[in-house]
Amino acid sequence: MIHSLAWQVTVPLVLAFFAVFAWVALGAGDKADATAISQTSGRIRSWIFWVLVAVFLPIFGYTLRDLPYSVAAVAGGPPQVIKAIGHQWRWELSGTEVQVGKPVDFHITASDVNHGFGLYDPDLKLIAQAQAMPGYTNVLRHVFTRPGKYRVLCLEYCGLVHHGMLAEITASEAK
Amino acid sequence: MADKPELPLDPAGKRGVLAYLAVAAVVLLLMMLFGLAMRLAQSEWLGLEAVYFYQVMTAHGIGMVAIAALGTAAILWYFLARRVRLSTGILYANLALFLVGVVLVLAGIFIGGFAGAWTFLYPLPAKPMGIWPQWAAASYLLGVLIVGVGFLLFYLDCARAILGRYGSLGRALGWPQLFGGDASEPPPPVVIASTVVTFINLLSILAGAVILTLSLINVYVPGFTVDALLAKNLIYFFGHVFINSTIYMGVIAVYEILPRASGRPWKVSRPFLAGWSATLLMVLAVYPHHLLMDFVNPTWMHVLGQVLSYTSSLPVIAVTAVGTLANVHRSGLRWNLASGLLFLSVLGWATGVVPAVIDATIVVNKVMHNTMWVPGHFHTYLLLGVVAMILGFMAWLDEAAARGDSALDRAAFWVFAVGGFGFTALFLLSGRDSVPRRWAVHLPEWLPYDRVAACFAAAVVLAMLVFALRFLIGLKRMAAA
Repeated sequence: MIHSLAWQVTVPLVLAFFAVFAWVALGAGDKADATAISQTSGRIRSWIFWVLVAVFLPIFGYTLRDLPYSVAAVAGGPPQVIKAIGHQWRWELSGTEVQVGKPVDFHITASDVNHGFGLYDPDLKLIAQAQAMPGYTNVLRHVFTRPGKYRVLCLEYCGLVHHGMLAEITASEAK
Repeated sequence: MADKPELPLDPAGKRGVLAYLAVAAVVLLLMMLFGLAMRLAQSEWLGLEAVYFYQVMTAHGIGMVAIAALGTAAILWYFLARRVRLSTGILYANLALFLVGVVLVLAGIFIGGFAGAWTFLYPLPAKPMGIWPQWAAASYLLGVLIVGVGFLLFYLDCARAILGRYGSLGRALGWPQLFGGDASEPPPPVVIASTVVTFINLLSILAGAVILTLSLINVYVPGFTVDALLAKNLIYFFGHVFINSTIYMGVIAVYEILPRASGRPWKVSRPFLAGWSATLLMVLAVYPHHLLMDFVNPTWMHVLGQVLSYTSSLPVIAVTAVGTLANVHRSGLRWNLASGLLFLSVLGWATGVVPAVIDATIVVNKVMHNTMWVPGHFHTYLLLGVVAMILGFMAWLDEAAARGDSALDRAAFWVFAVGGFGFTALFLLSGRDSVPRRWAVHLPEWLPYDRVAACFAAAVVLAMLVFALRFLIGLKRMAAA
């Protein structure tokens, strides 16, 4: 899951920063030639810069290939469509039953203020989202991969009962 | 162009800086107490009704942004005034407008009940479902606008003084040395950072003033509407640039104070100049990473938001973090509270960049946006970065007034550092597990994280209490020094 990957990448990098800063802090009381250190740090700076550039480029290439912003036609007939309208403080869904394995297009908007359409799986993991904005419709495509009860939570602060904006969607195997 | 020697700091200017910091010490402590109250409420250890939770959340957000700006503006002014002729009157005018604005903001929130979050996302201020009256929203918006006017004057004065001394934006940023082969000494770090902040904040405050004014009109004339997507773009451009500029102002303390402790001047190299010029452009264009889940925003803006988020990390890590480590490494430095806090602040900034950049990856943002991951990364570089910079500057002024560190100071440092990193780690863990941000009431599954986080938050508040008292008690001595 992407959530775990984000954590697994963050922790070692943060720990690496801790280790370097701790090493420098512990040795700060010693004396060494400032010119030599400046030259070494210049080389390290260049090295870090180019390593980061070399790491970033393939990340861009990989992560920017498949963006969620446009939905293409799908084989095997039109996708299921569910209109989702955010109101203070409830979700109005045009349907709450979806089929596993078949693309579902959520047409998301809001009637009053900004809301956030957050789709949570049966284990309460966030698996997709889009903003619900008055005057605009965001189309979010999602393919449910397993049956169960999914929840829609509001992910954009919208006032007093923001935390109470919940809805349920049931995903079932195709008959 | 050889840089002129430092100008003397007039006593009124110094008193003004100390007044900024005294306000910062009190407000930081109060806002941290608000933050603790929210974590306790989410833990179900404190009975705080949702209506009050969201008021506290609104006050905490706007209060922290405003006080980070005020505290770091004191750092900028103190060191920039040694290089260019700033107006002491404008320094005081900004503080006066700040205090007037704060009164209006607090009245709107705690008397009127406004709870539209610090971002006042249009059209929520005008559509509260009867929870707050029109005047409460207007008081809040007007208060923020007045604070913005104060900072507008502050930065206009900086622009006047910098241009008066250096002649152009390019010369103040060291472009002749960077691009023109000019072998003379470039401007010092404080001038370069201040020029970047001045330029970007004049733009951000203007954008903020536009959307605040439009929102104010909308509160009283509902028929006057604004495009919601345009409003969001304006709000996040303003908010992103303004809060980022607090880091760029705060880091001036690192550039100025750590070298005095280590005995090694901060070298303004060509990578340093290039990094700051790149930052000037990138910080203005990177804000769309706040709108990655607004699918109707143009796709090129989403891509720009991701790419620039990554590249923005290069100057932070390759210039400031490496520069700090090189400045301190085997320099013979003897650690004290000021140098310790400033060193910690660079660590906090650098480590906060990691989860922030990850979150700006569009495919990650789709499952992390507006979860606790977001406060996780921004608390890392604001609490352990910006706040540590302000506290380090306060401690340095106190040390300059011949006060040494006590065992209590050293204990407060470690409690702040451990408590701060623990507190932010719990946010990130909650984000990993999809806990939404800005929820007054949490599901039972999320409570363990909230409770451990509340303990770390309490530790940070205790440390802040020591730092604030230490500074306030020493004010008279610092003013006289």
